[in-house]
Amino acid sequence: MAAPKKSVGSSFNATSFQKKTRSKLISIPGTRPSVQNGQLIVSTGVTSLDYLIGGGLAVGTVLLIEEDRYNSYSHMVLKYFMAEGVLCGHELFLASAQDHPDDILQELPAPILDDIASHSPLEGRMQLGGQYASQDAMKIAWRYQNLPKVQTALASSSRFGHYYDVSKKMEPEIRQAANCYAFYLPEHPTESSATRSPLLESYSALLQSIQEVIRKGGFDGAAPPSKSRNVLRIGLQSLGSTLWGDDLCCRDNPAHGHALTTFLYGLRALLRSSLSVAVLTIPSHLIQNRAVMGNIIRLCDNAIALESFKGSDRETNPLYKDYHGLLHVRQVPRLNCLLTELPDHKDLAFKLKRKQFTIEVCPFSYFPI
Amino acid sequence: MFAELNAILNTSPDSFKQREFILVSDRRADASFLVHHFLSFYLRAGCKVCFLGLAQSFSHYNAVSQRLGVSLTQAKEKGQLLFLEGLKESLDVLLGRTSDTGSQALDFLRDPAVGLRCLYEFVQASVSDSGDGGEGGGGPPVLLVDDLTVLLSLGVSVGSVLDFSHYCHATVCSQLKGNMVMLVRCEGEEDEDEDGDEEGSERLLKGLTHQCSLTLHVQGLPTGFCRDIHGQVEVCWRKTQKDKPPNQKKLFQYKVHDKGASFFARGTSSAVL
Repeated sequence: MAAPKKSVGSSFNATSFQKKTRSKLISIPGTRPSVQNGQLIVSTGVTSLDYLIGGGLAVGTVLLIEEDRYNSYSHMVLKYFMAEGVLCGHELFLASAQDHPDDILQELPAPILDDIASHSPLEGRMQLGGQYASQDAMKIAWRYQNLPKVQTALASSSRFGHYYDVSKKMEPEIRQAANCYAFYLPEHPTESSATRSPLLESYSALLQSIQEVIRKGGFDGAAPPSKSRNVLRIGLQSLGSTLWGDDLCCRDNPAHGHALTTFLYGLRALLRSSLSVAVLTIPSHLIQNRAVMGNIIRLCDNAIALESFKGSDRETNPLYKDYHGLLHVRQVPRLNCLLTELPDHKDLAFKLKRKQFTIEVCPFSYFPI
Repeated sequence: MFAELNAILNTSPDSFKQREFILVSDRRADASFLVHHFLSFYLRAGCKVCFLGLAQSFSHYNAVSQRLGVSLTQAKEKGQLLFLEGLKESLDVLLGRTSDTGSQALDFLRDPAVGLRCLYEFVQASVSDSGDGGEGGGGPPVLLVDDLTVLLSLGVSVGSVLDFSHYCHATVCSQLKGNMVMLVRCEGEEDEDEDGDEEGSERLLKGLTHQCSLTLHVQGLPTGFCRDIHGQVEVCWRKTQKDKPPNQKKLFQYKVHDKGASFFARGTSSAVL
């Protein structure tokens, strides 16, 4: 097809944005090449959201979620993203200035796995018994008799995208199997440094922390090839809020107007050169300046906005009783190609059901904003 | 390179106007496909290109250019293309690492109030390096910037960016008789009241429109989103051309494909006809 790419510098191409040619297929659990452009994608944990952003979140990109007013649904999507990482065996990095990351991790929703998995220890013993096998001896499909009868929990994690039950919490055993790095801002005391860089100390500490995790975990390809590659999932909660020391959300002319955008630029630089993917939430409803919001969106690759009906007059409107809020797709990235894959419909509404976060086309038009 | 756009602009890689400052801008749309067009156009024309790729990684530009038939890695190795990968270079500065080997071009990240002098010096060194004796291509130098709004996001003031573009214009266009293409991205409506200094990209756009000789303004359709027509491009020739009236404007609609873009007059999209 195209001319063969020559690797520049080290043997591992310094960015994860490679066209996946047939000769080099990185097989990392929980990822697959996109059917649209061959990018390596991971699931966000919400299957309907995966469909909206082109099959999944491309490795090396950032997904921005503009928070709904009470940060309930955006927080939920962030938890789905982390839970999906646990199930796929990815490593996690969670940063927050408000709730401790460990508390957030304890609230991850329980995955809905196949029922056979729960019986695995019992049937395993039966297999060893042997004498009982004659009862289950297959008469017609005897070739399949010697195959294992159970599917372990690991087998179900080879699926792309899982479903979760939000009424239950994830089992501690499953959760602790995942390696999670936490960044809790109050534990990182930052003294104001003498630099005149626009980057705030809190964001600077966060960027350094992410970079260290990427380097130590070998996500940037610097690790020896014998170690199997994995994806790092980064979740950043409520960036830009005043708890991070940023006054972007509380002033019309903030003194640190460029701190968040500079951080996002650095984050993009880190992500493009490593096998990681980030989801961050921003309380955009507090940011008055639309131009700044435009810059923030442009520095993220994917951007969606959640607008919940809670507290607004639409909550009691019988037209909207089936939904919890509206979802706007602000931006879909162009990765290694000229085209974007914009969703066909612009009027999307979401509903958080117990076992699924559904996103559907709103069957009627709403008031233009 | 898009053949239809070449026809509209009346240029081709074999013969194009020199000393041109082309301003590509967009409003709530993405005009980066035009930057890819100009990049492949000038590389095909054999010019020496200095590309400030601030918004995306090198492999992104390389992958897109390969679809358009030009290999950036080869051009870089030949010396025809000088590529500043903003993302990679910025990490050293943002993480507070002092590197002796890195270029000083992005030093403004340490203190945006200082301005873009280092970046300008990088550009000046790149375009006036003519000692290779034809290795870099015999054509005039070209500067491409993608994009200037990233500089505003990183804290640089509008005045500094305007100064930078003015200095580059003086060096590249007037002195070395080359061309310059810059991308500015805007948000919001044009007629809105801009209060405060935050809306830098509008003022930057106005300032640059005054300096340039050709503008290509990309917008979404005024009637809303459409799958088959991605938006409209307004082409405005600012400097007077020989037999044409000054400030001539033309409006086209476009659709971006996998390997190019097609431009057509309003209402003549293949989806409509």
